Amino acid sequence: MKTLVSLGHFLYNRTATMILIAALALGAVSLLLLTLGIAPTTIAVAIAHGSIFSWQKFSHVLSLWIPLLLCSCGLLFTFRAGLWNIGVEGQIICGAIAATALLREGSFGLPPALILTLALALSFFGGGLWGSCAGLLKNRGGVNEIFGGLGLNFVAQGLILWLILGPWKRAGIASMSGTDMFVKELWMYTPPGWRVAPAALLLALATFALTAFLLGATRFGLTVKATGNNPLAARLYAIHPERTGLAAMAIGGGLAGLAGGLQAACVYHRLLPPISSGYGYLALLVVMLANYRIAPVPAICLFFACLAAGSIQLPIVLQLDSALSGVIQGACVVSALLVHGLQKRHKGEN
Amino acid sequence: MIELTNIHKTFGKVHALTGVNLKAEAGTIHGIVGENGAGKSTLMKVLTGFIGRSGGEILFQGQKVRLDSPKDALRLGIGMLYQEPLDFPQLSVLDNFMAGRAVFAPVEARTELARLAATFGFTLHPDNRVEELTIGERQQLELLRLIGDGARLLILDEPTTGISKEQQDLLFTALGKLKTDGATILLVSHKLEEIDLLCDTVTVLRHGRVAATRQRPFDRDALLQAMFDSLPEPQAPPEPKRGGIPVLEFEKVTGSGGRSGLQKVSITIRAGEVVGLAGIDGSGQGIFLKIACGLVPPESGRILRFGAPLQGKAKETGRTTVFLPADRLGEGLFPGMTVREHHLLAAPGSALITSATGLTVSRRAIATHSIKGQPETAVEDLSGGNQQRLLLSFIPDGVRLILMENPTRGLDVHSAAWTWRHLHSRLHADGAIVFASPDLEELMSQASRIVVFYNGKIVLDTPTRATDYQRLSRAITGQIDPVGTC
Repeated sequence: MKTLVSLGHFLYNRTATMILIAALALGAVSLLLLTLGIAPTTIAVAIAHGSIFSWQKFSHVLSLWIPLLLCSCGLLFTFRAGLWNIGVEGQIICGAIAATALLREGSFGLPPALILTLALALSFFGGGLWGSCAGLLKNRGGVNEIFGGLGLNFVAQGLILWLILGPWKRAGIASMSGTDMFVKELWMYTPPGWRVAPAALLLALATFALTAFLLGATRFGLTVKATGNNPLAARLYAIHPERTGLAAMAIGGGLAGLAGGLQAACVYHRLLPPISSGYGYLALLVVMLANYRIAPVPAICLFFACLAAGSIQLPIVLQLDSALSGVIQGACVVSALLVHGLQKRHKGEN
Repeated sequence: MIELTNIHKTFGKVHALTGVNLKAEAGTIHGIVGENGAGKSTLMKVLTGFIGRSGGEILFQGQKVRLDSPKDALRLGIGMLYQEPLDFPQLSVLDNFMAGRAVFAPVEARTELARLAATFGFTLHPDNRVEELTIGERQQLELLRLIGDGARLLILDEPTTGISKEQQDLLFTALGKLKTDGATILLVSHKLEEIDLLCDTVTVLRHGRVAATRQRPFDRDALLQAMFDSLPEPQAPPEPKRGGIPVLEFEKVTGSGGRSGLQKVSITIRAGEVVGLAGIDGSGQGIFLKIACGLVPPESGRILRFGAPLQGKAKETGRTTVFLPADRLGEGLFPGMTVREHHLLAAPGSALITSATGLTVSRRAIATHSIKGQPETAVEDLSGGNQQRLLLSFIPDGVRLILMENPTRGLDVHSAAWTWRHLHSRLHADGAIVFASPDLEELMSQASRIVVFYNGKIVLDTPTRATDYQRLSRAITGQIDPVGTC
């Protein structure tokens, strides 16, 4: 009995929890690799080599980190409000479309910084609108946000293809490789040897800080948390759970849209069909791994970005499929869910 | 047929059943009655293997049985018909009839279903989807399934709730047939007329113990006495105050929720009144309170609060009206959030929040309301009584309408007395308190007027001084004709 009690205390210790998750994930992945006859250390070295061993590679990691962090920040709002925003991919796409709508028209003789700022604001608006659609479908039509978000992802995918192959097709050809490049003056400045725009990096950091502030230090954040924790009780405190949920969906969608806008403006300088690159789904894993807390999100995003960037080395150096990074990410999340689930069960039994 | 000896069931420190003895013979209908929380459901769950017993012995057809799961129970021939049918609404009648059978034989099952339905006079089309059936028809299907599966001991939990008179007659005829065929039936009900009509024996449970076992003919007063404690004389109920301005007016209000919803209820509650709502759980009093505070919109009818139509908006509830639900953690508080965060949410304040914001207010409320906890204590870690004190601490000064469900549930005598003193102190001179309680003593001692709900209607509306426990008990069990507005 005493052993069980001390095991309980151990589980509640946050640091111990993180160690337990890491050990479980490491154990599971190592076991898998050893079964395949591959030394886990070889994989770790290859991934590190491909992600953090040079500034150029690390700046590439940062370029992956930015959209992942923005989408994860957005999901923190929706998860706090008790909503599963599965439509992040569609919201990224809509943000990218909104930004492209302006950027493909050129600078109109105005300062490029102004146009870029406007384009990013539009991308926030576009993503927010798409997120709000899922929220409205839930509030007005009784459509669960999971199904609404999933359906809207398909609609957004259709929309981007139609634009790229139709109204926004490249001169003379309609190609899946995307629209024409934006004029060079509208490319966000990236220093030589860098693969990430410093302004985008700053924007991501500022967004994270703003998310932490809004959720942790404002009445709005408290209201969102209350709605997520018990929508039934919310009304007794004069909180409108539907409106709060809609606001969370709009903000979540807006941040995903901003990620899409940055992908179009800073990374690809055009609109591409796969512009969302699966960040929406990956961000879900990030937030689940963080146990819906804000503080661990940047570090987990960085870890996932390193895995994604470093795994490119795997087929080149070890003739292994780069999908192995997905296996590692999945193992981490399953381990986290298992540990958190055991904690909840243990707490419930007491 | 079935004999329970010295059955005990504990949940932690709570004794839900204490030394229950019950014996029901084959070919009889045995009634089980008791007020809410008397232990009826727990006993039935033990009998059907849903929960294990903490002590005691069960003999079924002369053999000791363990009953570790519902499957065990059904294998032995014990089946239960739940208040809400436990079926698969999207499957057909035939599929539901076959559910759980080891052998998949739809042709034989169709024939058997038709035969059984004809025996009991039920009209069930095997290819209809269950979701298209009425509650009564679903109940019929469930009954046939249990009989088809070989149940010889049938347990029925409030079987006539939500079904039509015709379906009720069919059900009673079917039960009569089953009884003649030698089956044993345990009928859980709070309707004494059903007990009178159907049962050979009745066991009254109170506070998890057998309070009485009687053979027919039954003395209703004796049964009521056994059900509702010692029925003490009322202790000087508050003076009725009927001359105040209307605070809450219901005009032919119909709403859904609970077991029976609310059916064309009209009532006026005036300033100065303390109105106690009585009734078996789900008889309409709970949904009445939720509609009154604007949490649930009515289906029809007109509601006036302080003379103005109720818009059903959350913001209207707050400064002038408060609602304290019975399920404190499920409907009134936010699990995972601290006491301080609750105080921040309960009162308007600055848009920015630091770790110090609201700390003083929260500390003061904790001290004033004697809450055993700290500002940073998570609400789920508070005891039930302290959760109630926390909810009470949110009531603003000068509130004009206090609506409550089970205000002193789980509180000891001192806490309950403190709660009532506190409620009266918070109330505006022109305000009213409306509370629902299963505790007749609380109703008689705190309310100046008592309103009894039965099947979604008000069946008794009386000044407390003009009634007594016997009359209330009768009204609660539906033995008074419906009345209009008081």
